Amino acid sequence: MAELTDRPFPPGEYPVVVVGTGPGGLQTSYSLSQLGVKHALLSADEQPAGMFQRFPFFQRLVTWSKPHAPVAKTERAHEWYDWNSLLSDEPSHRGSVIEFMDGSSYFPSRPEMEKGLVAFAERTGVVARYGCRWESTARAGDDFVLSTSDGEYRCKTVVFAIGMTEAWKPQIDGIDLVPHYVDMRPPKEFAGKSIFIMGKRNSGFELADGLLPWAKQLILGSPRPAKLSIITHSTSGARARYMQPYEDNALGGGHFVLDAAIERIERTANGYRVHTNGTTRPGVMVFDVDEVIAGTGFTTPLGDLPALGVKTFYQNRLPAQTPFFQSATVPGLFFAGSVTQGSIGLKKYGIPSNSAAVHGFRYNARLLAQHIAETRHGVKVERPFVERDQVVPYLLDEATNAPELWNQQSYLARVLQFDGARGITDEGIVPLQHFVDTAGSDAVAITVETDGTGDIHPALYVRRAGTTEERILSSNPLHDFATSEHHAELTGALKPLID
Amino acid sequence: MSEQTEVVDSLAGMTLFADLSPPQLEAVAHIFEEEFFDEGTRVLRKSFAGSGFYVIIEGEAAVQLDGKVIATLGRGDFFGEISALLNALPTADVIATRPLRCAVLSGEALDGFLLDHPPVALRMLKAQARTIRNNNKWLS
Repeated sequence: MAELTDRPFPPGEYPVVVVGTGPGGLQTSYSLSQLGVKHALLSADEQPAGMFQRFPFFQRLVTWSKPHAPVAKTERAHEWYDWNSLLSDEPSHRGSVIEFMDGSSYFPSRPEMEKGLVAFAERTGVVARYGCRWESTARAGDDFVLSTSDGEYRCKTVVFAIGMTEAWKPQIDGIDLVPHYVDMRPPKEFAGKSIFIMGKRNSGFELADGLLPWAKQLILGSPRPAKLSIITHSTSGARARYMQPYEDNALGGGHFVLDAAIERIERTANGYRVHTNGTTRPGVMVFDVDEVIAGTGFTTPLGDLPALGVKTFYQNRLPAQTPFFQSATVPGLFFAGSVTQGSIGLKKYGIPSNSAAVHGFRYNARLLAQHIAETRHGVKVERPFVERDQVVPYLLDEATNAPELWNQQSYLARVLQFDGARGITDEGIVPLQHFVDTAGSDAVAITVETDGTGDIHPALYVRRAGTTEERILSSNPLHDFATSEHHAELTGALKPLID
Repeated sequence: MSEQTEVVDSLAGMTLFADLSPPQLEAVAHIFEEEFFDEGTRVLRKSFAGSGFYVIIEGEAAVQLDGKVIATLGRGDFFGEISALLNALPTADVIATRPLRCAVLSGEALDGFLLDHPPVALRMLKAQARTIRNNNKWLS
């Protein structure tokens, strides 16, 4: 029993329990501690960032951290160039992932990412009860009761930062016969083989790209045409660094990227037979291949949470959430990490938030911590005053440099409130959906957005006398939104509020 | 039954997609994204750019103009197509009046989708024609 009592956060009652020590759980715990909110941090893993001991399979992340960015890593603006490090109030703790990168790529390798996150936890003093697995959940009055491998935890607020890393397969006859991305074997075992990869999103293309040096023939198939990030202007499309198989297909190199519904998969003497039906180009196609791999995506290991009343969507893979990442149906139950992509926001021009990745959800976690602290623990975070003549330059500087606005475009906003008696206050970073759909004092929110043509510009939301109007500001080829032209535009747009 | 199968089955039962083959329906289920809106959530915002095209899979929504409900929408109904097709700002709000699940396509993608799926364009045209006829009846 000595071991159990020596470890932090023994079973018992806590104001808040955070489950998970991936980047989402670490950021939430760090931010809660900064606000003085006592909580227990539990993890089934044996150390921080356990996921990065396994994934991504082909060793490198898809999110960049630029070692030689235009600004120093101790500055807030650096976060736009470093998509993988967690956020710290202490400048010397920022950019921890970059320290471990060896210069061979601006995408950190899996071990580099793991080291960066472990260093963040050590330096910032984030401690967790490792080896403590959350097993089930119940209600006892207003409390949540979490049963774990170490015993019971009671709390009024619970945050699940449990990742979206569990294999998900669609219902297709025979799909149980084939391995998923998460079951991937070493690439050299695929040498000289023909391989059908189900799926044309990032995991499908990552598999294909990693198998290019080994496979005899690759066929990527799924019903929908591939969406590419450089066309959709968003990280939700397949990323450019995985596009080599697509170029091979385009040049007739012998690998194929096809739009086809997969009807069924059969085992044959030497491999598999995949029956498909063309979508973009109709017609039956049957493939005899050595291997089939399901690159069909991931789901959230929600356990018994749906039975507790947590509403899900997206083929039950994500919990529906409010703009502050609370379950849409179970008050007091929150999410952090990649699961926060279930809080959709405005999704303007069809472009989703970056909440599926660290560079988006680290800001969600910080917001979540502040929301929990203020609404459930009576903490008051100071709203600094802004001088009237500083409003325009401040907002334009935010639009040009604020990492929150660039990493979470059309999703997070800088908000200033105009209260005749109190003056102008900086309300901080706020979910845009919350701002535009909530009544309140006169205020302005500024965001950065990319439209359907790929144009990146600031967008302004002016709330006056209970009505919120959108105003799109001009773009700039070098993304400098602090020009005299922008100054004049913004001054005009804010005239009713400032005068 | 998985929800993916359910989405395909739901789309198959809708007039809008009635002429599509099973593989085409499956592609549509992948091309559209599924989104959930809790009761009281604003789905379409008047005068905001970058809105989408929505087909209701489950639930109910109200079209509101200046706070007044001018229409209610249910399963199989769609909205957002006018601003998407005309590249114009929405002229009304749409608010979920019951928990709402929709299949959603970005406004920019609607033109291309309809060109790729002419039977859906024809069904949409007929629906609009019925709306115009009903409005004319009402006015006369």
